[in-house]
Amino acid sequence: MSTTFGWERSVLRRSIENLGQRTIQGVWRIGFAARFFLATLLHSGTAFRRFGLTIREIYFSGVLSLIIILVSGLFVGMVLGLQGYETLQTYGSEEALGVLVALSLVRELGPVVAALLFASRAGSAITAEIGLMKATEQLSAMEMMAVDPIARVVAPRFWAGVISMPLLAALFSAMGIFGGYLVGVQLIGVDEGSFWSQMQSAVDFEQDILNGVIKSVVFGIAITAIALFEGYDAPPTAEGVSGATTRTVVTSSLVVLALDFVLTAFMFRGLN
Amino acid sequence: MQNDNLVEIEDVAFGYGARPVLKGINLTAKRGQVVAIMGSSGCGKTTLLRLIGGQIKAGQGVVRVAGESLGELDQAGLYRLRRKMGMLFQFGALFTDISVFDNVAFQLREHTDLPEDAIRDLVLMKLHAVGLRGAAHLMPAELSGGMARRVALARAIALEPMLVMYDEPFAGLDPISLGVTGNLIRRLTDTLGLTSLVVTHDVQESLKIVDYIYFVSEGVIVAEGTADDIRASGLPYVHQFVHGEADGPVPFHYPAPSYVDDLRLGAERA
Repeated sequence: MSTTFGWERSVLRRSIENLGQRTIQGVWRIGFAARFFLATLLHSGTAFRRFGLTIREIYFSGVLSLIIILVSGLFVGMVLGLQGYETLQTYGSEEALGVLVALSLVRELGPVVAALLFASRAGSAITAEIGLMKATEQLSAMEMMAVDPIARVVAPRFWAGVISMPLLAALFSAMGIFGGYLVGVQLIGVDEGSFWSQMQSAVDFEQDILNGVIKSVVFGIAITAIALFEGYDAPPTAEGVSGATTRTVVTSSLVVLALDFVLTAFMFRGLN
Repeated sequence: MQNDNLVEIEDVAFGYGARPVLKGINLTAKRGQVVAIMGSSGCGKTTLLRLIGGQIKAGQGVVRVAGESLGELDQAGLYRLRRKMGMLFQFGALFTDISVFDNVAFQLREHTDLPEDAIRDLVLMKLHAVGLRGAAHLMPAELSGGMARRVALARAIALEPMLVMYDEPFAGLDPISLGVTGNLIRRLTDTLGLTSLVVTHDVQESLKIVDYIYFVSEGVIVAEGTADDIRASGLPYVHQFVHGEADGPVPFHYPAPSYVDDLRLGAERA
Protein backbone atom coordinates (compact mmCIF):
# COMPACT_ATOMS: atom_id res chain seq x y z
CA MET A 1 0.00 0.00 0.00
CA SER A 2 2.70 2.37 0.98
CA THR A 3 4.59 1.75 -2.31
CA THR A 4 1.51 2.71 -4.36
CA PHE A 5 1.23 5.90 -2.37
CA GLY A 6 4.92 6.61 -2.91
CA TRP A 7 4.55 6.09 -6.64
CA GLU A 8 1.60 8.48 -6.82
CA ARG A 9 3.49 11.03 -4.84
CA SER A 10 6.46 10.88 -7.18
CA VAL A 11 4.20 11.31 -10.21
CA LEU A 12 2.58 14.31 -8.57
CA ARG A 13 5.94 15.77 -7.72
CA ARG A 14 7.22 15.26 -11.24
CA SER A 15 4.19 16.92 -12.79
CA ILE A 16 4.52 19.90 -10.45
CA GLU A 17 8.20 20.09 -11.32
CA ASN A 18 7.30 19.94 -15.00
CA LEU A 19 4.75 22.69 -14.62
CA GLY A 20 7.27 24.85 -12.79
CA GLN A 21 9.91 24.26 -15.41
CA ARG A 22 7.54 25.07 -18.25
CA THR A 23 6.45 28.25 -16.50
CA ILE A 24 10.03 29.35 -15.95
CA GLN A 25 10.86 28.56 -19.58
CA GLY A 26 7.80 30.45 -20.76
CA VAL A 27 8.67 33.53 -18.72
CA TRP A 28 12.29 33.31 -19.84
CA ARG A 29 11.17 33.14 -23.47
CA ILE A 30 8.93 36.18 -23.10
CA GLY A 31 11.86 38.06 -21.59
CA PHE A 32 14.13 36.96 -24.41
CA ALA A 33 11.52 37.98 -26.98
CA ALA A 34 11.20 41.42 -25.37
CA ARG A 35 14.97 41.91 -25.37
CA PHE A 36 15.12 40.72 -28.98
CA PHE A 37 12.41 43.21 -30.01
CA LEU A 38 14.20 46.02 -28.17
CA ALA A 39 17.53 45.11 -29.78
CA THR A 40 15.85 45.15 -33.19
CA LEU A 41 14.54 48.66 -32.59
CA LEU A 42 17.89 49.87 -31.23
CA HIS A 43 19.81 48.42 -34.20
CA SER A 44 17.42 49.76 -36.82
CA GLY A 45 19.86 52.43 -38.01
CA THR A 46 21.26 50.23 -40.75
CA ALA A 47 17.78 49.44 -42.09
CA PHE A 48 17.28 53.14 -42.86
CA ARG A 49 20.85 54.20 -43.61
CA ARG A 50 21.15 51.47 -46.20
CA PHE A 51 17.55 51.51 -47.32
CA GLY A 52 18.41 49.21 -50.22
CA LEU A 53 18.51 46.33 -47.74
CA THR A 54 14.98 47.13 -46.59
CA ILE A 55 13.72 47.61 -50.16
CA ARG A 56 15.00 44.14 -51.03
CA GLU A 57 13.03 42.67 -48.13
CA ILE A 58 9.93 44.68 -49.08
CA TYR A 59 10.18 42.92 -52.43
CA PHE A 60 10.35 39.49 -50.79
CA SER A 61 7.64 39.91 -48.19
CA GLY A 62 5.49 42.61 -49.80
CA VAL A 63 5.69 42.38 -53.56
CA LEU A 64 5.75 38.61 -53.68
CA SER A 65 2.63 38.52 -51.46
CA LEU A 66 0.72 40.67 -53.96
CA ILE A 67 -0.89 37.84 -55.94
CA ILE A 68 -2.44 36.07 -52.96
CA ILE A 69 -3.52 39.41 -51.44
CA LEU A 70 -5.08 40.78 -54.63
CA VAL A 71 -6.87 37.58 -55.62
CA SER A 72 -8.20 37.03 -52.10
CA GLY A 73 -9.31 40.65 -51.90
CA LEU A 74 -11.21 40.34 -55.16
CA PHE A 75 -13.06 37.21 -54.07
CA VAL A 76 -13.82 38.47 -50.58
CA GLY A 77 -15.28 41.62 -52.16
CA MET A 78 -17.33 39.61 -54.64
CA VAL A 79 -18.76 37.43 -51.88
CA LEU A 80 -19.52 40.55 -49.83
CA GLY A 81 -21.38 41.92 -52.85
CA LEU A 82 -23.53 38.83 -53.15
CA GLN A 83 -24.23 38.37 -49.46
CA GLY A 84 -24.75 42.07 -48.86
CA TYR A 85 -27.21 42.37 -51.72
CA GLU A 86 -29.21 39.38 -50.42
CA THR A 87 -29.62 40.99 -47.04
CA LEU A 88 -30.06 44.60 -48.13
CA GLN A 89 -32.74 43.93 -50.75
CA THR A 90 -35.08 42.52 -48.09
CA TYR A 91 -35.08 46.04 -46.62
CA GLY A 92 -35.21 47.66 -50.05
CA SER A 93 -31.93 49.44 -49.52
CA GLU A 94 -29.67 47.72 -52.03
CA GLU A 95 -28.14 51.12 -52.98
CA ALA A 96 -26.32 50.94 -49.65
CA LEU A 97 -24.34 47.97 -50.97
CA GLY A 98 -21.34 50.21 -51.68
CA VAL A 99 -21.31 51.42 -48.06
CA LEU A 100 -21.56 47.91 -46.69
CA VAL A 101 -18.75 46.56 -48.87
CA ALA A 102 -16.45 49.53 -48.27
CA LEU A 103 -16.94 49.76 -44.51
CA SER A 104 -16.52 46.03 -43.88
CA LEU A 105 -13.35 45.99 -45.94
CA VAL A 106 -11.72 49.19 -44.79
CA ARG A 107 -12.49 48.74 -41.11
CA GLU A 108 -12.17 44.99 -40.62
CA LEU A 109 -11.67 42.57 -43.45
CA GLY A 110 -8.91 44.50 -45.22
CA PRO A 111 -6.50 44.74 -42.29
CA VAL A 112 -7.44 41.41 -40.68
CA VAL A 113 -7.62 39.08 -43.69
CA ALA A 114 -4.59 40.71 -45.31
CA ALA A 115 -2.71 40.24 -42.02
CA LEU A 116 -3.69 36.58 -41.78
CA LEU A 117 -2.57 36.03 -45.36
CA PHE A 118 0.62 37.98 -44.72
CA ALA A 119 1.36 35.84 -41.67
CA SER A 120 1.05 32.63 -43.62
CA ARG A 121 2.74 33.85 -46.81
CA ALA A 122 5.52 36.15 -45.58
CA GLY A 123 5.74 35.41 -41.84
CA SER A 124 6.37 31.71 -42.38
CA ALA A 125 8.98 32.48 -45.05
CA ILE A 126 10.82 34.89 -42.73
CA THR A 127 10.91 32.33 -39.90
CA ALA A 128 12.11 29.53 -42.14
CA GLU A 129 14.78 31.73 -43.72
CA ILE A 130 16.19 33.04 -40.43
CA GLY A 131 15.94 29.59 -38.81
CA LEU A 132 17.87 27.99 -41.66
CA MET A 133 20.43 30.79 -41.65
CA LYS A 134 20.99 29.97 -38.00
CA ALA A 135 21.07 26.21 -38.58
CA THR A 136 23.66 26.55 -41.36
CA GLU A 137 25.78 28.88 -39.18
CA GLN A 138 25.28 31.85 -41.51
CA LEU A 139 24.34 34.06 -38.56
CA SER A 140 27.43 32.91 -36.62
CA ALA A 141 29.56 33.52 -39.70
CA MET A 142 28.16 37.03 -39.91
CA GLU A 143 28.95 37.65 -36.25
CA MET A 144 32.48 36.38 -36.77
CA MET A 145 32.82 38.85 -39.64
CA ALA A 146 32.03 41.60 -37.17
CA VAL A 147 28.62 42.24 -38.73
CA ASP A 148 25.71 42.32 -36.29
CA PRO A 149 23.00 39.96 -37.61
CA ILE A 150 20.31 41.91 -35.76
CA ALA A 151 21.23 45.08 -37.64
CA ARG A 152 22.02 43.43 -40.98
CA VAL A 153 19.42 40.64 -41.21
CA VAL A 154 16.68 41.19 -38.63
CA ALA A 155 16.04 44.95 -38.65
CA PRO A 156 15.62 45.36 -42.45
CA ARG A 157 13.11 42.47 -42.49
CA PHE A 158 11.25 43.99 -39.57
CA TRP A 159 10.83 47.39 -41.16
CA ALA A 160 10.04 45.83 -44.53
CA GLY A 161 7.15 43.98 -42.87
CA VAL A 162 5.94 47.08 -41.05
CA ILE A 163 5.97 49.09 -44.30
CA SER A 164 4.45 46.34 -46.48
CA MET A 165 1.53 45.42 -44.26
CA PRO A 166 -0.56 48.64 -44.54
CA LEU A 167 0.11 48.82 -48.27
CA LEU A 168 -1.06 45.24 -48.73
CA ALA A 169 -4.13 45.86 -46.58
CA ALA A 170 -4.98 48.96 -48.66
CA LEU A 171 -4.62 46.99 -51.88
CA PHE A 172 -6.74 44.19 -50.42
CA SER A 173 -9.50 46.66 -49.60
CA ALA A 174 -9.28 48.34 -53.01
CA MET A 175 -9.52 45.00 -54.79
CA GLY A 176 -12.40 44.00 -52.51
CA ILE A 177 -14.35 47.14 -53.32
CA PHE A 178 -13.74 46.51 -56.99
CA GLY A 179 -15.02 42.92 -56.50
CA GLY A 180 -18.12 44.21 -54.76
CA TYR A 181 -18.66 46.66 -57.62
CA LEU A 182 -18.29 43.89 -60.21
CA VAL A 183 -20.90 41.72 -58.55
CA GLY A 184 -23.21 44.41 -57.23
CA VAL A 185 -23.27 46.86 -60.14
CA GLN A 186 -22.16 44.92 -63.20
CA LEU A 187 -23.73 41.55 -62.43
CA ILE A 188 -26.77 42.25 -60.29
CA GLY A 189 -27.50 45.73 -61.54
CA VAL A 190 -27.43 47.97 -58.45
CA ASP A 191 -27.43 51.62 -59.49
CA GLU A 192 -23.85 52.65 -60.11
CA GLY A 193 -24.28 56.26 -59.08
CA SER A 194 -25.74 55.48 -55.68
CA PHE A 195 -23.22 52.65 -55.13
CA TRP A 196 -20.30 55.07 -55.33
CA SER A 197 -21.90 58.23 -53.95
CA GLN A 198 -23.32 56.54 -50.84
CA MET A 199 -19.92 54.96 -50.27
CA GLN A 200 -18.19 58.34 -50.57
CA SER A 201 -20.49 60.06 -48.14
CA ALA A 202 -20.54 57.26 -45.56
CA VAL A 203 -16.84 56.39 -45.35
CA ASP A 204 -15.03 58.78 -43.03
CA PHE A 205 -11.33 59.32 -43.57
CA GLU A 206 -10.32 59.49 -39.92
CA GLN A 207 -12.82 57.09 -38.37
CA ASP A 208 -12.65 54.39 -41.02
CA ILE A 209 -9.63 54.63 -43.26
CA LEU A 210 -7.07 55.93 -40.79
CA ASN A 211 -8.16 53.46 -38.12
CA GLY A 212 -7.85 50.66 -40.66
CA VAL A 213 -4.35 51.82 -41.51
CA ILE A 214 -3.40 51.97 -37.81
CA LYS A 215 -4.69 48.43 -37.39
CA SER A 216 -2.64 47.12 -40.28
CA VAL A 217 0.52 48.84 -39.03
CA VAL A 218 0.05 47.23 -35.60
CA PHE A 219 -0.57 43.84 -37.24
CA GLY A 220 2.54 44.32 -39.37
CA ILE A 221 4.65 44.99 -36.27
CA ALA A 222 3.20 41.97 -34.45
CA ILE A 223 3.51 39.47 -37.31
CA THR A 224 7.01 40.45 -38.37
CA ALA A 225 8.32 40.59 -34.81
CA ILE A 226 6.87 37.13 -34.04
CA ALA A 227 8.21 35.67 -37.30
CA LEU A 228 11.69 37.07 -36.75
CA PHE A 229 11.85 35.98 -33.13
CA GLU A 230 10.65 32.45 -33.88
CA GLY A 231 13.27 32.12 -36.60
CA TYR A 232 16.05 33.51 -34.44
CA ASP A 233 15.06 31.31 -31.50
CA ALA A 234 14.49 28.13 -33.55
CA PRO A 235 16.53 25.09 -32.55
CA PRO A 236 19.05 24.58 -35.38
CA THR A 237 17.52 21.36 -36.69
CA ALA A 238 15.01 20.45 -39.41
CA GLU A 239 12.43 19.69 -36.74
CA GLY A 240 13.21 22.92 -34.90
CA VAL A 241 12.74 25.10 -37.97
CA SER A 242 9.51 23.38 -39.01
CA GLY A 243 8.11 23.77 -35.49
CA ALA A 244 9.09 27.44 -35.42
CA THR A 245 7.41 28.06 -38.79
CA THR A 246 4.17 26.50 -37.56
CA ARG A 247 4.33 28.53 -34.35
CA THR A 248 4.79 31.73 -36.35
CA VAL A 249 1.60 31.17 -38.34
CA VAL A 250 -0.47 30.01 -35.36
CA THR A 251 0.77 32.62 -32.87
CA SER A 252 0.65 35.57 -35.22
CA SER A 253 -2.82 34.67 -36.51
CA LEU A 254 -4.16 34.48 -32.96
CA VAL A 255 -2.37 37.68 -31.98
CA VAL A 256 -3.84 39.47 -35.00
CA LEU A 257 -7.38 38.43 -34.07
CA ALA A 258 -6.91 39.34 -30.41
CA LEU A 259 -5.32 42.70 -31.26
CA ASP A 260 -8.12 43.39 -33.72
CA PHE A 261 -10.70 43.00 -30.99
CA VAL A 262 -8.80 45.26 -28.60
CA LEU A 263 -8.15 47.92 -31.24
CA THR A 264 -11.75 47.86 -32.48
CA ALA A 265 -13.01 48.23 -28.93
CA PHE A 266 -10.93 51.38 -28.51
CA MET A 267 -11.50 52.87 -31.96
CA PHE A 268 -15.22 52.50 -32.50
CA ARG A 269 -16.41 52.66 -28.91
CA GLY A 270 -18.08 56.04 -29.16
CA LEU A 271 -19.34 55.83 -32.73
CA ASN A 272 -23.01 55.16 -32.15
CA MET B 1 57.86 44.80 -28.46
CA GLN B 2 55.36 42.65 -30.30
CA ASN B 3 54.33 39.50 -28.54
CA ASP B 4 55.36 36.39 -30.42
CA ASN B 5 52.18 34.59 -29.45
CA LEU B 6 49.06 35.65 -31.33
CA VAL B 7 46.69 33.45 -29.34
CA GLU B 8 47.20 32.68 -25.68
CA ILE B 9 44.82 30.57 -23.65
CA GLU B 10 45.54 30.26 -19.97
CA ASP B 11 43.79 27.82 -17.67
CA VAL B 12 40.46 28.18 -19.46
CA ALA B 13 37.38 26.28 -18.30
CA PHE B 14 33.95 26.36 -19.86
CA GLY B 15 30.72 24.41 -19.54
CA TYR B 16 27.28 24.34 -21.13
CA GLY B 17 24.95 24.48 -18.13
CA ALA B 18 26.18 21.96 -15.57
CA ARG B 19 28.15 19.95 -18.16
CA PRO B 20 31.82 20.96 -18.20
CA VAL B 21 33.35 20.90 -21.68
CA LEU B 22 36.78 22.41 -21.09
CA LYS B 23 38.55 21.95 -17.78
CA GLY B 24 41.67 24.07 -17.60
CA ILE B 25 43.18 24.40 -21.08
CA ASN B 26 46.54 26.04 -21.77
CA LEU B 27 47.43 26.71 -25.38
CA THR B 28 49.41 29.19 -27.45
CA ALA B 29 49.67 29.81 -31.18
CA LYS B 30 52.74 31.65 -32.43
CA ARG B 31 52.48 34.14 -35.28
CA GLY B 32 52.97 32.58 -38.70
CA GLN B 33 52.28 29.04 -37.53
CA VAL B 34 49.67 26.48 -38.45
CA VAL B 35 48.50 25.02 -35.16
CA ALA B 36 46.17 22.03 -35.02
CA ILE B 37 43.78 21.20 -32.21
CA MET B 38 42.86 17.54 -32.40
CA GLY B 39 40.61 15.25 -30.48
CA SER B 40 37.67 12.97 -30.95
CA SER B 41 34.22 14.33 -31.78
CA GLY B 42 32.56 16.19 -28.93
CA CYS B 43 35.75 16.80 -26.92
CA GLY B 44 35.34 20.59 -26.95
CA LYS B 45 37.45 21.58 -29.96
CA THR B 46 34.79 23.73 -31.58
CA THR B 47 33.99 25.27 -28.20
CA LEU B 48 37.62 26.35 -28.04
CA LEU B 49 37.32 28.14 -31.40
CA ARG B 50 34.11 29.84 -30.28
CA LEU B 51 35.96 31.06 -27.17
CA ILE B 52 38.78 32.50 -29.27
CA GLY B 53 36.25 34.15 -31.58
CA GLY B 54 34.56 35.66 -28.53
CA GLN B 55 31.19 34.05 -29.34
CA ILE B 56 31.14 32.58 -25.86
CA LYS B 57 32.94 33.73 -22.73
CA ALA B 58 35.19 31.54 -20.64
CA GLY B 59 33.89 30.64 -17.18
CA GLN B 60 37.43 30.72 -15.86
CA GLY B 61 40.85 31.69 -17.20
CA VAL B 62 42.01 34.14 -19.86
CA VAL B 63 41.74 34.05 -23.66
CA ARG B 64 44.06 36.56 -25.29
CA VAL B 65 44.24 37.39 -28.99
CA ALA B 66 46.92 39.83 -30.15
CA GLY B 67 47.47 40.78 -26.53
CA GLU B 68 43.83 41.68 -25.88
CA SER B 69 41.89 39.74 -23.29
CA LEU B 70 38.56 38.76 -24.82
CA GLY B 71 36.75 38.65 -21.47
CA GLU B 72 37.36 42.37 -20.94
CA LEU B 73 36.19 43.61 -24.35
CA ASP B 74 32.75 45.14 -24.94
CA GLN B 75 30.86 44.40 -28.15
CA ALA B 76 32.50 47.23 -30.08
CA GLY B 77 35.96 46.06 -28.99
CA LEU B 78 35.10 42.49 -29.87
CA TYR B 79 33.87 43.48 -33.34
CA ARG B 80 37.03 45.54 -33.87
CA LEU B 81 39.14 42.50 -33.02
CA ARG B 82 37.01 40.19 -35.15
CA ARG B 83 37.80 42.23 -38.24
CA LYS B 84 41.32 40.86 -37.86
CA MET B 85 40.04 37.28 -37.59
CA GLY B 86 38.68 34.99 -40.23
CA MET B 87 36.73 31.87 -39.56
CA LEU B 88 36.01 28.93 -41.80
CA PHE B 89 32.92 27.11 -40.61
CA GLN B 90 32.52 23.38 -40.95
CA PHE B 91 30.30 23.48 -44.02
CA GLY B 92 31.37 26.90 -45.22
CA ALA B 93 28.32 28.80 -43.92
CA LEU B 94 28.13 30.75 -47.18
CA PHE B 95 25.21 33.14 -47.55
CA THR B 96 22.97 31.10 -49.80
CA ASP B 97 20.97 34.03 -51.20
CA ILE B 98 23.93 35.79 -52.82
CA SER B 99 26.54 34.68 -55.39
CA VAL B 100 30.08 33.49 -54.71
CA PHE B 101 31.37 36.91 -55.71
CA ASP B 102 29.04 38.73 -53.32
CA ASN B 103 29.91 36.32 -50.53
CA VAL B 104 33.59 37.16 -50.81
CA ALA B 105 32.79 40.85 -51.24
CA PHE B 106 30.50 40.85 -48.17
CA GLN B 107 33.04 42.03 -45.59
CA LEU B 108 34.66 44.49 -47.97
CA ARG B 109 31.29 46.13 -48.57
CA GLU B 110 30.32 46.07 -44.89
CA HIS B 111 33.57 47.36 -43.43
CA THR B 112 35.25 49.49 -46.08
CA ASP B 113 34.33 52.40 -48.32
CA LEU B 114 36.22 50.97 -51.27
CA PRO B 115 34.78 51.75 -54.71
CA GLU B 116 33.13 48.83 -56.49
CA ASP B 117 36.03 48.60 -58.98
CA ALA B 118 38.55 48.02 -56.21
CA ILE B 119 36.24 45.51 -54.51
CA ARG B 120 35.92 43.63 -57.78
CA ASP B 121 39.69 43.35 -58.15
CA LEU B 122 40.20 42.28 -54.54
CA VAL B 123 37.46 39.66 -54.71
CA LEU B 124 38.85 38.19 -57.93
CA MET B 125 42.33 38.07 -56.36
CA LYS B 126 41.03 36.21 -53.32
CA LEU B 127 39.05 33.82 -55.49
CA HIS B 128 42.10 33.28 -57.67
CA ALA B 129 44.12 32.37 -54.58
CA VAL B 130 41.70 29.51 -53.85
CA GLY B 131 41.46 28.57 -57.53
CA LEU B 132 37.83 29.59 -57.99
CA ARG B 133 38.00 32.83 -59.96
CA GLY B 134 36.00 31.13 -62.68
CA ALA B 135 33.21 30.30 -60.23
CA ALA B 136 32.58 33.91 -59.16
CA HIS B 137 29.16 34.08 -60.80
CA LEU B 138 27.85 30.80 -59.34
CA MET B 139 25.40 30.57 -56.46
CA PRO B 140 26.47 28.62 -53.32
CA ALA B 141 23.92 25.89 -54.11
CA GLU B 142 25.78 25.14 -57.36
CA LEU B 143 29.09 24.41 -55.58
CA SER B 144 30.43 21.08 -54.37
CA GLY B 145 31.32 20.71 -50.69
CA GLY B 146 35.02 21.25 -51.31
CA MET B 147 34.42 24.29 -53.51
CA ALA B 148 32.06 25.82 -50.95
CA ARG B 149 34.76 25.52 -48.34
CA ARG B 150 37.32 27.17 -50.59
CA VAL B 151 34.94 30.05 -51.26
CA ALA B 152 34.42 30.36 -47.52
CA LEU B 153 38.18 30.46 -47.14
CA ALA B 154 38.42 33.25 -49.73
CA ARG B 155 35.72 35.08 -47.78
CA ALA B 156 37.57 34.54 -44.49
CA ILE B 157 40.78 36.10 -45.86
CA ALA B 158 39.03 38.97 -47.67
CA LEU B 159 40.04 41.57 -45.10
CA GLU B 160 43.56 40.15 -44.72
CA PRO B 161 43.13 38.91 -41.16
CA MET B 162 46.00 38.02 -38.85
CA LEU B 163 44.29 34.89 -37.56
CA VAL B 164 42.22 32.34 -39.47
CA MET B 165 40.35 29.60 -37.63
CA TYR B 166 39.22 26.46 -39.39
CA ASP B 167 36.45 24.29 -37.96
CA GLU B 168 36.91 20.78 -39.35
CA PRO B 169 38.15 21.92 -42.78
CA PHE B 170 38.72 18.32 -43.92
CA ALA B 171 35.40 16.79 -42.88
CA GLY B 172 33.55 15.04 -45.70
CA LEU B 173 35.99 15.86 -48.51
CA ASP B 174 37.20 13.54 -51.27
CA PRO B 175 40.98 12.81 -51.30
CA ILE B 176 41.72 15.42 -53.97
CA SER B 177 39.79 18.22 -52.25
CA LEU B 178 41.42 17.10 -49.01
CA GLY B 179 44.90 17.62 -50.41
CA VAL B 180 43.89 20.90 -52.06
CA THR B 181 42.43 22.26 -48.82
CA GLY B 182 45.45 21.20 -46.77
CA ASN B 183 47.89 22.80 -49.18
CA LEU B 184 45.82 25.97 -49.32
CA ILE B 185 45.88 26.36 -45.55
CA ARG B 186 49.66 26.00 -45.50
CA ARG B 187 50.26 28.21 -48.54
CA LEU B 188 47.94 31.03 -47.45
CA THR B 189 49.46 31.00 -43.98
CA ASP B 190 52.95 31.39 -45.41
CA THR B 191 52.22 33.87 -48.20
CA LEU B 192 49.84 36.15 -46.27
CA GLY B 193 51.75 35.89 -42.99
CA LEU B 194 48.68 34.58 -41.16
CA THR B 195 48.38 32.42 -38.13
CA SER B 196 46.13 29.43 -38.66
CA LEU B 197 44.28 27.47 -36.03
CA VAL B 198 42.90 24.23 -37.38
CA VAL B 199 40.40 22.18 -35.43
CA THR B 200 40.26 18.73 -36.92
CA HIS B 201 40.24 15.03 -36.34
CA ASP B 202 41.94 14.22 -39.63
CA VAL B 203 45.38 13.21 -38.36
CA GLN B 204 47.13 12.18 -41.53
CA GLU B 205 46.18 15.29 -43.51
CA SER B 206 47.04 17.69 -40.71
CA LEU B 207 50.35 16.05 -39.81
CA LYS B 208 51.49 17.02 -43.33
CA ILE B 209 50.87 20.73 -42.94
CA VAL B 210 50.97 21.80 -39.29
CA ASP B 211 53.76 23.22 -37.16
CA TYR B 212 52.37 22.29 -33.78
CA ILE B 213 49.61 20.03 -32.51
CA TYR B 214 47.52 19.95 -29.36
CA PHE B 215 45.50 16.89 -28.43
CA VAL B 216 42.35 17.55 -26.42
CA SER B 217 40.53 14.79 -24.60
CA GLU B 218 37.75 15.18 -22.06
CA GLY B 219 38.34 18.89 -21.73
CA VAL B 220 42.09 18.87 -21.08
CA ILE B 221 45.22 18.89 -23.25
CA VAL B 222 46.60 15.37 -23.12
CA ALA B 223 49.51 15.78 -25.51
CA GLU B 224 51.25 18.42 -27.59
CA GLY B 225 54.22 18.73 -29.89
CA THR B 226 55.40 19.03 -33.48
CA ALA B 227 54.26 16.60 -36.15
CA ASP B 228 57.34 14.45 -35.60
CA ASP B 229 56.83 14.43 -31.81
CA ILE B 230 53.29 13.23 -32.32
CA ARG B 231 54.21 10.49 -34.79
CA ALA B 232 56.81 9.22 -32.35
CA SER B 233 54.62 9.63 -29.28
CA GLY B 234 54.26 6.62 -27.01
CA LEU B 235 51.19 7.98 -25.22
CA PRO B 236 48.36 5.41 -25.54
CA TYR B 237 45.73 8.05 -26.43
CA VAL B 238 47.86 9.64 -29.16
CA HIS B 239 48.81 6.22 -30.49
CA GLN B 240 45.18 5.17 -30.70
CA PHE B 241 44.22 8.42 -32.40
CA VAL B 242 47.07 8.56 -34.92
CA HIS B 243 46.62 4.92 -35.90
CA GLY B 244 42.84 4.99 -35.77
CA GLU B 245 42.44 1.99 -33.48
CA ALA B 246 38.88 1.10 -32.51
CA ASP B 247 39.58 0.42 -28.85
CA GLY B 248 42.07 1.86 -26.42
CA PRO B 249 42.00 4.66 -23.86
CA VAL B 250 38.96 5.92 -25.76
CA PRO B 251 36.60 2.94 -25.42
CA PHE B 252 34.42 1.66 -28.23
CA HIS B 253 31.42 1.42 -25.91
CA TYR B 254 29.54 4.36 -24.48
CA PRO B 255 29.47 3.93 -20.66
CA ALA B 256 26.70 1.45 -19.79
CA PRO B 257 25.80 -1.01 -17.04
CA SER B 258 27.31 -4.43 -17.37
CA TYR B 259 26.17 -6.28 -20.51
CA VAL B 260 25.13 -9.33 -18.48
CA ASP B 261 22.98 -7.18 -16.18
CA ASP B 262 21.40 -5.29 -19.10
CA LEU B 263 20.31 -8.50 -20.83
CA ARG B 264 19.15 -9.87 -17.46
CA LEU B 265 21.10 -13.02 -17.98
CA GLY B 266 22.33 -13.16 -14.40
CA ALA B 267 18.83 -12.83 -12.92
CA GLU B 268 17.42 -15.85 -14.73
CA ARG B 269 20.33 -18.05 -13.79
CA ALA B 270 20.04 -17.13 -10.11
